[in-house]
Amino acid sequence: MAIDKNSTGYTFLFSIAMVVVVGTALAFTALSLKDRQDANAADKKMMDILGAIGVSADRTNANALFAEYVVERVAIDLDGRQVSATSAAVDPTDKADPFSIDVKKDYRASIKSAVKAADGDEAALAAALSDKALEFPLFRCVTDAGQNLYVIPVVGSGLWGPIWGYVALEEDMTTIFGANFDHKTETPGLGAEIKESFFTDKFKGKKLDIEGSALFSVLKGGAPTDENSVDGITGGTITSKGVDEMINRTLKVYLRYFESQTRAQR
Amino acid sequence: MSTETAAATAKKESLFSKKNRKLLVDPLDDSNPITVQVLGICSALAITVQLQQAVIMSLSVLFVMIGGNVIVSLLRNMIPDRIRIIVQLVVVASLVIIVDQALKAFQPDISEKLSVFVGLIITNCIIMGRLEAFALGNKPGPSFLDAIGNAMGYAWILLAVSIVREVFGSGAISLPGMGQVKFLPTEWFMSEGGFYENNNLMILPPMALITVGIIIWIQRSRNQALIEEN
Repeated sequence: MAIDKNSTGYTFLFSIAMVVVVGTALAFTALSLKDRQDANAADKKMMDILGAIGVSADRTNANALFAEYVVERVAIDLDGRQVSATSAAVDPTDKADPFSIDVKKDYRASIKSAVKAADGDEAALAAALSDKALEFPLFRCVTDAGQNLYVIPVVGSGLWGPIWGYVALEEDMTTIFGANFDHKTETPGLGAEIKESFFTDKFKGKKLDIEGSALFSVLKGGAPTDENSVDGITGGTITSKGVDEMINRTLKVYLRYFESQTRAQR
Repeated sequence: MSTETAAATAKKESLFSKKNRKLLVDPLDDSNPITVQVLGICSALAITVQLQQAVIMSLSVLFVMIGGNVIVSLLRNMIPDRIRIIVQLVVVASLVIIVDQALKAFQPDISEKLSVFVGLIITNCIIMGRLEAFALGNKPGPSFLDAIGNAMGYAWILLAVSIVREVFGSGAISLPGMGQVKFLPTEWFMSEGGFYENNNLMILPPMALITVGIIIWIQRSRNQALIEEN
Protein backbone atom coordinates (compact mmCIF):
# COMPACT_ATOMS: atom_id res chain seq x y z
CA MET A 1 0.00 0.00 0.00
CA ALA A 2 1.38 3.32 -0.96
CA ILE A 3 1.59 5.85 1.82
CA ASP A 4 0.52 9.38 1.07
CA LYS A 5 3.56 11.23 2.31
CA ASN A 6 1.68 14.51 2.36
CA SER A 7 -1.10 13.33 4.65
CA THR A 8 -1.35 14.93 8.06
CA GLY A 9 -0.92 11.63 9.86
CA TYR A 10 2.27 10.77 8.00
CA THR A 11 3.67 14.25 8.60
CA PHE A 12 3.07 13.86 12.32
CA LEU A 13 4.58 10.39 12.44
CA PHE A 14 7.62 11.55 10.50
CA SER A 15 8.15 14.52 12.82
CA ILE A 16 7.84 12.37 15.93
CA ALA A 17 10.29 9.76 14.61
CA MET A 18 12.72 12.48 13.56
CA VAL A 19 12.67 14.15 16.98
CA VAL A 20 13.24 10.86 18.79
CA VAL A 21 16.17 9.85 16.56
CA VAL A 22 17.82 13.28 16.65
CA GLY A 23 17.26 13.66 20.39
CA THR A 24 18.87 10.30 21.13
CA ALA A 25 21.84 11.00 18.90
CA LEU A 26 22.50 14.41 20.45
CA ALA A 27 22.05 13.23 24.01
CA PHE A 28 24.50 10.42 23.36
CA THR A 29 27.10 12.80 21.87
CA ALA A 30 26.74 15.31 24.69
CA LEU A 31 27.09 12.67 27.41
CA SER A 32 30.04 10.89 25.86
CA LEU A 33 32.01 14.13 25.44
CA LYS A 34 31.08 15.72 28.76
CA ASP A 35 34.13 14.57 30.76
CA ARG A 36 36.58 16.00 28.27
CA GLN A 37 34.66 19.28 28.06
CA ASP A 38 34.59 19.62 31.85
CA ALA A 39 38.33 18.98 32.03
CA ASN A 40 38.88 21.66 29.38
CA ALA A 41 36.72 24.13 31.28
CA ALA A 42 38.69 23.46 34.50
CA ASP A 43 41.97 24.02 32.65
CA LYS A 44 40.66 27.28 31.27
CA LYS A 45 39.64 28.43 34.74
CA MET A 46 43.12 27.67 36.08
CA MET A 47 44.70 29.56 33.18
CA ASP A 48 42.51 32.60 33.93
CA ILE A 49 43.32 32.56 37.65
CA LEU A 50 47.04 32.24 36.90
CA GLY A 51 46.69 35.03 34.32
CA ALA A 52 45.40 37.41 37.02
CA ILE A 53 48.62 36.94 39.01
CA GLY A 54 50.74 37.38 35.89
CA VAL A 55 51.62 33.73 35.29
CA SER A 56 50.98 32.67 31.72
CA ALA A 57 49.92 29.05 31.41
CA ASP A 58 48.63 26.92 28.59
CA ARG A 59 46.50 23.82 28.64
CA THR A 60 49.43 21.46 29.02
CA ASN A 61 50.87 23.00 32.19
CA ALA A 62 47.82 24.70 33.77
CA ASN A 63 47.34 21.94 36.34
CA ALA A 64 50.97 21.85 37.45
CA LEU A 65 51.34 25.64 37.62
CA PHE A 66 48.05 25.98 39.47
CA ALA A 67 49.23 23.50 42.10
CA GLU A 68 52.50 25.41 42.36
CA TYR A 69 51.18 28.96 42.75
CA VAL A 70 47.73 28.60 44.32
CA VAL A 71 48.41 27.60 47.90
CA GLU A 72 44.90 27.73 49.33
CA ARG A 73 41.31 27.76 48.11
CA VAL A 74 38.75 29.31 50.43
CA ALA A 75 34.96 29.51 50.22
CA ILE A 76 33.25 32.38 52.05
CA ASP A 77 29.61 33.29 52.50
CA LEU A 78 27.83 36.58 51.84
CA ASP A 79 28.78 37.99 55.26
CA GLY A 80 32.45 37.26 54.72
CA ARG A 81 32.62 34.24 57.02
CA GLN A 82 34.88 31.42 55.94
CA VAL A 83 32.88 28.31 55.04
CA SER A 84 35.64 25.97 54.00
CA ALA A 85 39.26 25.98 52.94
CA THR A 86 41.52 23.45 51.31
CA SER A 87 45.05 23.15 50.02
CA ALA A 88 44.65 19.66 48.59
CA ALA A 89 45.01 18.93 44.89
CA VAL A 90 42.14 20.21 42.77
CA ASP A 91 39.43 17.69 42.12
CA PRO A 92 36.95 19.20 39.63
CA THR A 93 34.43 16.47 40.42
CA ASP A 94 34.36 17.31 44.14
CA LYS A 95 31.41 19.66 44.64
CA ALA A 96 32.68 20.76 48.06
CA ASP A 97 35.95 22.06 46.63
CA PRO A 98 35.85 25.89 46.44
CA PHE A 99 37.34 25.49 42.96
CA SER A 100 34.05 23.90 41.85
CA ILE A 101 31.85 26.83 42.91
CA ASP A 102 30.23 27.95 39.67
CA VAL A 103 30.10 31.72 40.12
CA LYS A 104 28.65 32.23 36.65
CA LYS A 105 25.77 29.92 37.43
CA ASP A 106 25.14 31.61 40.80
CA TYR A 107 25.10 34.98 39.07
CA ARG A 108 22.68 33.80 36.40
CA ALA A 109 20.41 31.98 38.83
CA SER A 110 20.04 34.47 41.66
CA ILE A 111 22.36 37.48 41.74
CA LYS A 112 21.48 38.97 38.35
CA SER A 113 17.77 39.44 39.04
CA ALA A 114 18.48 40.66 42.60
CA VAL A 115 20.89 43.31 41.32
CA LYS A 116 18.31 44.52 38.86
CA ALA A 117 15.52 44.61 41.45
CA ALA A 118 17.71 46.39 44.04
CA ASP A 119 18.69 49.06 41.48
CA GLY A 120 21.74 50.29 43.42
CA ASP A 121 20.19 49.91 46.87
CA GLU A 122 22.81 47.85 48.73
CA ALA A 123 20.63 46.96 51.72
CA ALA A 124 17.90 45.63 49.45
CA LEU A 125 20.44 43.57 47.49
CA ALA A 126 21.92 42.09 50.65
CA ALA A 127 18.44 41.24 51.92
CA ALA A 128 17.48 39.60 48.62
CA LEU A 129 20.62 37.45 48.57
CA SER A 130 20.74 36.57 52.28
CA ASP A 131 18.58 33.44 52.01
CA LYS A 132 20.28 32.08 48.87
CA ALA A 133 23.16 30.35 50.71
CA LEU A 134 25.65 31.65 48.17
CA GLU A 135 29.31 30.79 48.44
CA PHE A 136 32.17 32.81 47.01
CA PRO A 137 35.55 31.25 46.14
CA LEU A 138 38.87 32.92 46.95
CA PHE A 139 42.24 31.75 45.71
CA ARG A 140 45.33 32.58 47.79
CA CYS A 141 48.49 32.49 45.72
CA VAL A 142 52.16 32.99 46.44
CA THR A 143 54.34 34.39 43.66
CA ASP A 144 57.95 33.55 42.91
CA ALA A 145 58.95 36.65 44.86
CA GLY A 146 57.07 35.33 47.92
CA GLN A 147 54.27 37.87 47.58
CA ASN A 148 50.84 36.84 48.89
CA LEU A 149 48.07 37.46 46.39
CA TYR A 150 44.31 36.96 46.57
CA VAL A 151 42.48 36.12 43.36
CA ILE A 152 38.77 36.91 43.28
CA PRO A 153 36.41 35.83 40.50
CA VAL A 154 33.90 38.47 39.39
CA VAL A 155 30.82 38.01 37.20
CA GLY A 156 28.46 40.60 35.80
CA SER A 157 26.48 41.70 32.77
CA GLY A 158 27.74 43.58 29.75
CA LEU A 159 25.61 44.97 26.97
CA TRP A 160 24.63 41.73 25.24
CA GLY A 161 25.53 38.98 27.65
CA PRO A 162 27.61 37.89 30.61
CA ILE A 163 31.06 39.28 31.35
CA TRP A 164 33.45 37.84 33.91
CA GLY A 165 37.00 38.01 35.09
CA TYR A 166 39.50 37.60 37.90
CA VAL A 167 40.92 40.37 40.09
CA ALA A 168 44.14 39.76 42.02
CA LEU A 169 44.67 41.81 45.21
CA GLU A 170 47.96 42.28 46.99
CA GLU A 171 48.57 41.40 50.64
CA ASP A 172 47.32 44.79 51.90
CA MET A 173 43.98 43.72 50.36
CA THR A 174 43.47 47.11 48.76
CA THR A 175 46.04 47.27 45.97
CA ILE A 176 45.10 45.61 42.69
CA PHE A 177 47.93 43.42 41.46
CA GLY A 178 46.33 42.46 38.18
CA ALA A 179 43.04 41.66 36.50
CA ASN A 180 41.71 39.92 33.46
CA PHE A 181 38.28 39.97 31.92
CA ASP A 182 36.39 38.03 29.33
CA HIS A 183 32.98 38.17 27.77
CA LYS A 184 30.60 36.07 25.76
CA THR A 185 29.05 38.31 23.14
CA GLU A 186 30.19 41.93 23.60
CA THR A 187 30.58 44.05 20.46
CA PRO A 188 33.92 43.39 18.73
CA GLY A 189 36.08 46.51 18.74
CA LEU A 190 33.99 48.17 21.48
CA GLY A 191 32.86 46.28 24.58
CA ALA A 192 34.86 43.23 23.57
CA GLU A 193 38.05 45.24 24.20
CA ILE A 194 37.73 44.60 27.96
CA LYS A 195 39.67 41.38 27.47
CA GLU A 196 42.61 43.13 25.81
CA SER A 197 45.77 43.90 27.78
CA PHE A 198 45.66 47.67 27.11
CA PHE A 199 42.53 47.77 29.28
CA THR A 200 43.46 45.22 31.96
CA ASP A 201 46.96 46.71 32.38
CA LYS A 202 45.36 49.93 33.61
CA PHE A 203 44.15 48.11 36.73
CA LYS A 204 47.65 47.25 37.89
CA GLY A 205 48.71 49.19 40.98
CA LYS A 206 45.31 50.89 41.44
CA LYS A 207 43.84 50.96 44.93
CA LEU A 208 40.41 50.20 46.34
CA ASP A 209 38.84 53.19 48.09
CA ILE A 210 37.73 51.50 51.33
CA GLU A 211 36.22 54.66 52.84
CA GLY A 212 34.63 56.08 49.70
CA SER A 213 31.17 55.50 48.31
CA ALA A 214 32.51 53.24 45.57
CA LEU A 215 35.45 50.88 46.00
CA PHE A 216 36.59 51.36 42.46
CA SER A 217 35.29 53.08 39.36
CA VAL A 218 35.48 52.43 35.67
CA LEU A 219 34.87 55.91 34.30
CA LYS A 220 33.24 56.93 31.06
CA GLY A 221 35.82 56.92 28.28
CA GLY A 222 38.25 59.85 28.42
CA ALA A 223 37.45 61.12 31.94
CA PRO A 224 40.43 61.97 34.18
CA THR A 225 41.32 59.08 36.49
CA ASP A 226 42.84 58.92 39.98
CA GLU A 227 44.28 56.01 41.92
CA ASN A 228 40.82 54.53 42.56
CA SER A 229 39.60 54.51 38.97
CA VAL A 230 40.47 53.57 35.42
CA ASP A 231 39.42 54.95 32.08
CA GLY A 232 36.56 52.93 30.56
CA ILE A 233 36.26 51.98 26.93
CA THR A 234 35.02 54.65 24.55
CA GLY A 235 31.97 53.30 22.74
CA GLY A 236 31.72 50.44 25.24
CA THR A 237 30.01 52.40 28.02
CA ILE A 238 27.54 49.72 29.08
CA THR A 239 30.21 47.03 29.15
CA SER A 240 32.52 49.35 31.14
CA LYS A 241 29.68 50.01 33.59
CA GLY A 242 29.19 46.26 33.89
CA VAL A 243 32.88 45.85 34.81
CA ASP A 244 32.48 48.64 37.39
CA GLU A 245 29.35 47.05 38.85
CA MET A 246 30.71 43.52 39.11
CA ILE A 247 33.95 44.64 40.76
CA ASN A 248 32.20 46.79 43.37
CA ARG A 249 29.49 44.27 44.17
CA THR A 250 31.81 41.27 44.45
CA LEU A 251 34.77 42.89 46.21
CA LYS A 252 32.47 44.22 48.96
CA VAL A 253 31.74 40.63 49.99
CA TYR A 254 35.43 39.76 50.06
CA LEU A 255 36.34 42.92 52.00
CA ARG A 256 34.09 41.73 54.83
CA TYR A 257 36.15 38.55 54.88
CA PHE A 258 39.46 40.45 54.78
CA GLU A 259 38.31 42.69 57.67
CA SER A 260 37.45 39.71 59.82
CA GLN A 261 40.86 38.20 58.98
CA THR A 262 42.78 41.33 60.02
CA ARG A 263 40.71 41.57 63.24
CA ALA A 264 41.57 37.97 64.04
CA GLN A 265 45.26 38.67 63.59
CA ARG A 266 45.29 41.59 66.05
CA MET B 1 7.59 1.28 -20.67
CA SER B 2 8.94 -1.16 -18.14
CA THR B 3 11.78 -2.22 -20.46
CA GLU B 4 12.76 1.41 -20.85
CA THR B 5 13.18 1.99 -17.12
CA ALA B 6 15.04 -1.28 -16.80
CA ALA B 7 17.45 -0.18 -19.52
CA ALA B 8 17.88 3.17 -17.84
CA THR B 9 18.84 1.61 -14.51
CA ALA B 10 21.11 -0.91 -16.22
CA LYS B 11 23.05 1.90 -17.82
CA LYS B 12 23.99 3.08 -14.36
CA GLU B 13 26.15 6.12 -14.28
CA SER B 14 29.64 5.68 -12.95
CA LEU B 15 30.40 7.83 -9.93
CA PHE B 16 33.02 9.71 -11.88
CA SER B 17 31.16 10.30 -15.10
CA LYS B 18 31.53 13.66 -16.79
CA LYS B 19 28.34 14.92 -15.20
CA ASN B 20 29.48 13.92 -11.74
CA ARG B 21 32.92 15.41 -12.20
CA LYS B 22 31.19 18.63 -13.06
CA LEU B 23 29.38 18.51 -9.69
CA LEU B 24 32.73 18.30 -7.98
CA VAL B 25 34.66 20.86 -10.01
CA ASP B 26 32.08 23.49 -10.89
CA PRO B 27 31.72 24.96 -7.39
CA LEU B 28 35.48 25.50 -7.25
CA ASP B 29 35.27 28.09 -10.00
CA ASP B 30 32.23 28.56 -12.26
CA SER B 31 29.61 28.39 -9.54
CA ASN B 32 31.74 29.12 -6.49
CA PRO B 33 29.45 29.65 -3.52
CA ILE B 34 31.35 32.68 -2.21
CA THR B 35 32.73 34.52 -5.21
CA VAL B 36 29.97 33.79 -7.73
CA GLN B 37 26.84 33.09 -5.70
CA VAL B 38 27.99 35.38 -2.87
CA LEU B 39 26.70 33.04 -0.15
CA GLY B 40 28.31 32.36 3.21
CA ILE B 41 30.03 35.75 3.19
CA CYS B 42 29.42 36.45 6.87
CA SER B 43 31.59 33.61 8.12
CA ALA B 44 34.15 34.24 5.37
CA LEU B 45 34.68 37.74 6.75
CA ALA B 46 34.65 36.83 10.41
CA ILE B 47 36.96 33.86 10.80
CA THR B 48 39.72 34.50 8.28
CA VAL B 49 42.10 36.35 10.59
CA GLN B 50 44.11 33.18 11.17
CA LEU B 51 44.65 30.20 8.91
CA GLN B 52 44.00 27.65 11.66
CA GLN B 53 40.51 29.00 12.31
CA ALA B 54 39.76 28.91 8.60
CA VAL B 55 40.99 25.29 8.37
CA ILE B 56 38.79 24.16 11.27
CA MET B 57 35.81 26.11 9.94
CA SER B 58 36.28 24.58 6.48
CA LEU B 59 36.48 21.08 7.92
CA SER B 60 33.37 21.71 10.01
CA VAL B 61 31.45 22.98 7.00
CA LEU B 62 32.71 20.02 4.94
CA PHE B 63 31.43 17.60 7.58
CA VAL B 64 28.05 19.30 7.98
CA MET B 65 27.67 19.69 4.23
CA ILE B 66 28.40 16.03 3.42
CA GLY B 67 26.30 14.75 6.31
CA GLY B 68 23.39 17.05 5.50
CA ASN B 69 23.41 16.40 1.77
CA VAL B 70 23.64 12.63 2.11
CA ILE B 71 21.04 12.33 4.89
CA VAL B 72 18.53 14.58 3.15
CA SER B 73 19.16 12.78 -0.13
CA LEU B 74 18.53 9.39 1.51
CA LEU B 75 15.33 10.68 3.06
CA ARG B 76 14.22 12.62 -0.01
CA ASN B 77 11.38 10.22 -0.83
CA MET B 78 10.17 10.10 2.76
CA ILE B 79 10.24 13.76 3.74
CA PRO B 80 6.75 15.29 3.66
CA ASP B 81 6.81 18.34 1.39
CA ARG B 82 5.08 20.57 3.88
CA ILE B 83 7.79 20.26 6.52
CA ARG B 84 10.82 19.77 4.30
CA ILE B 85 12.54 23.03 5.33
CA ILE B 86 12.09 22.14 9.00
CA VAL B 87 13.50 18.67 8.38
CA GLN B 88 16.53 20.15 6.60
CA LEU B 89 17.01 22.59 9.42
CA VAL B 90 16.85 19.83 12.05
CA VAL B 91 19.37 17.71 10.15
CA VAL B 92 21.79 20.63 9.75
CA ALA B 93 21.32 21.84 13.32
CA SER B 94 21.99 18.40 14.79
CA LEU B 95 25.16 17.99 12.74
CA VAL B 96 26.33 21.45 13.78
CA ILE B 97 25.71 20.68 17.46
CA ILE B 98 27.75 17.49 17.10
CA VAL B 99 30.61 19.48 15.52
CA ASP B 100 30.37 22.15 18.22
CA GLN B 101 30.45 19.59 21.04
CA ALA B 102 33.37 17.74 19.46
CA LEU B 103 35.36 20.97 19.07
CA LYS B 104 34.71 21.88 22.69
CA ALA B 105 36.04 18.48 23.72
CA PHE B 106 39.03 18.16 21.40
CA GLN B 107 39.99 21.68 20.25
CA PRO B 108 38.85 23.97 23.11
CA ASP B 109 40.98 26.98 22.16
CA ILE B 110 39.81 27.02 18.58
CA SER B 111 36.24 26.41 19.70
CA GLU B 112 36.55 29.55 21.82
CA LYS B 113 37.86 31.61 18.93
CA LEU B 114 35.21 30.39 16.50
CA SER B 115 32.62 30.93 19.26
CA VAL B 116 29.28 31.75 17.67
CA PHE B 117 30.40 31.02 14.13
CA VAL B 118 30.20 27.26 14.56
CA GLY B 119 26.58 27.69 15.61
CA LEU B 120 26.08 29.99 12.65
CA ILE B 121 26.96 27.18 10.24
CA ILE B 122 23.27 26.35 10.68
CA THR B 123 22.35 29.56 8.92
CA ASN B 124 25.14 29.30 6.34
CA CYS B 125 23.13 29.81 3.15
CA ILE B 126 25.42 27.47 1.19
CA ILE B 127 24.29 24.45 3.19
CA MET B 128 20.54 25.06 3.17
CA GLY B 129 20.85 26.13 -0.45
CA ARG B 130 22.46 22.85 -1.53
CA LEU B 131 20.00 20.76 0.49
CA GLU B 132 17.00 22.48 -1.05
CA ALA B 133 18.37 22.83 -4.57
CA PHE B 134 20.27 19.57 -4.95
CA ALA B 135 19.95 16.90 -2.29
CA LEU B 136 16.13 16.89 -2.30
CA GLY B 137 16.09 15.92 -5.97
CA ASN B 138 19.16 13.71 -6.39
CA LYS B 139 20.55 10.36 -5.31
CA PRO B 140 23.01 10.12 -2.39
CA GLY B 141 26.05 9.56 -4.65
CA PRO B 142 25.78 12.78 -6.66
CA SER B 143 24.66 14.63 -3.50
CA PHE B 144 27.83 13.48 -1.78
CA LEU B 145 29.95 14.83 -4.63
CA ASP B 146 27.95 18.05 -4.75
CA ALA B 147 28.56 18.51 -1.03
CA ILE B 148 32.31 17.99 -1.36
CA GLY B 149 32.46 20.33 -4.36
CA ASN B 150 30.61 23.14 -2.65
CA ALA B 151 32.39 22.75 0.68
CA MET B 152 35.73 22.83 -1.12
CA GLY B 153 34.64 25.86 -3.13
CA TYR B 154 33.88 27.55 0.19
CA ALA B 155 37.07 26.25 1.78
CA TRP B 156 39.62 27.41 -0.77
CA ILE B 157 38.32 30.97 -0.68
CA LEU B 158 38.44 30.88 3.13
CA LEU B 159 41.98 29.52 3.11
CA ALA B 160 43.20 31.96 0.47
CA VAL B 161 41.74 34.96 2.31
CA SER B 162 43.07 33.83 5.67
CA ILE B 163 46.59 33.20 4.33
CA VAL B 164 46.71 36.71 2.85
CA ARG B 165 45.33 38.26 6.05
CA GLU B 166 47.56 36.34 8.43
CA VAL B 167 50.76 36.79 6.45
CA PHE B 168 50.33 40.54 6.02
CA GLY B 169 48.45 41.20 9.26
CA SER B 170 50.46 39.13 11.73
CA GLY B 171 53.56 38.12 9.75
CA ALA B 172 52.79 34.52 10.60
CA ILE B 173 51.07 31.33 9.54
CA SER B 174 49.17 29.08 11.91
CA LEU B 175 47.94 25.55 11.54
CA PRO B 176 45.81 23.55 13.98
CA GLY B 177 48.00 21.68 16.42
CA MET B 178 51.11 23.66 15.47
CA GLY B 179 50.22 27.06 16.81
CA GLN B 180 51.29 30.27 15.12
CA VAL B 181 54.65 30.30 13.35
CA LYS B 182 56.15 33.76 12.96
CA PHE B 183 58.50 33.44 10.01
CA LEU B 184 59.77 37.01 9.76
CA PRO B 185 63.01 37.72 11.66
CA THR B 186 62.26 39.96 14.66
CA GLU B 187 65.00 42.44 13.76
CA TRP B 188 63.05 43.36 10.62
CA PHE B 189 60.35 45.01 12.68
CA MET B 190 60.34 48.74 13.32
CA SER B 191 60.06 48.21 17.07
CA GLU B 192 63.43 46.45 16.83
CA GLY B 193 64.92 49.11 14.57
CA GLY B 194 64.05 47.40 11.30
CA PHE B 195 61.99 48.54 8.32
CA TYR B 196 58.89 46.34 8.49
CA GLU B 197 55.57 46.69 10.26
CA ASN B 198 52.56 44.37 10.23
CA ASN B 199 49.52 45.86 8.54
CA ASN B 200 46.93 46.01 11.30
CA LEU B 201 44.20 46.88 8.83
CA MET B 202 44.51 43.30 7.53
CA ILE B 203 43.24 41.96 10.85
CA LEU B 204 40.05 44.02 10.67
CA PRO B 205 36.96 42.61 8.89
CA PRO B 206 36.88 45.19 6.05
CA MET B 207 40.11 43.77 4.63
CA ALA B 208 38.45 40.37 4.33
CA LEU B 209 35.82 41.91 2.10
CA ILE B 210 38.47 43.66 0.04
CA THR B 211 40.51 40.45 -0.24
CA VAL B 212 37.43 38.52 -1.38
CA GLY B 213 36.84 41.36 -3.86
CA ILE B 214 40.34 40.98 -5.24
CA ILE B 215 39.85 37.21 -5.61
CA ILE B 216 36.60 37.86 -7.51
CA TRP B 217 38.44 40.33 -9.73
CA ILE B 218 41.23 37.87 -10.55
CA GLN B 219 38.73 35.06 -11.08
CA ARG B 220 36.61 37.07 -13.51
CA SER B 221 39.53 38.36 -15.50
CA ARG B 222 40.61 34.73 -16.02
CA ASN B 223 37.12 33.36 -16.55
CA GLN B 224 35.34 35.95 -18.66
CA ALA B 225 32.15 33.91 -18.88
CA LEU B 226 31.39 34.98 -15.30
CA ILE B 227 31.21 38.67 -16.14
CA GLU B 228 27.59 39.82 -16.12
CA GLU B 229 26.34 42.11 -18.85
CA ASN B 230 24.85 45.35 -17.70
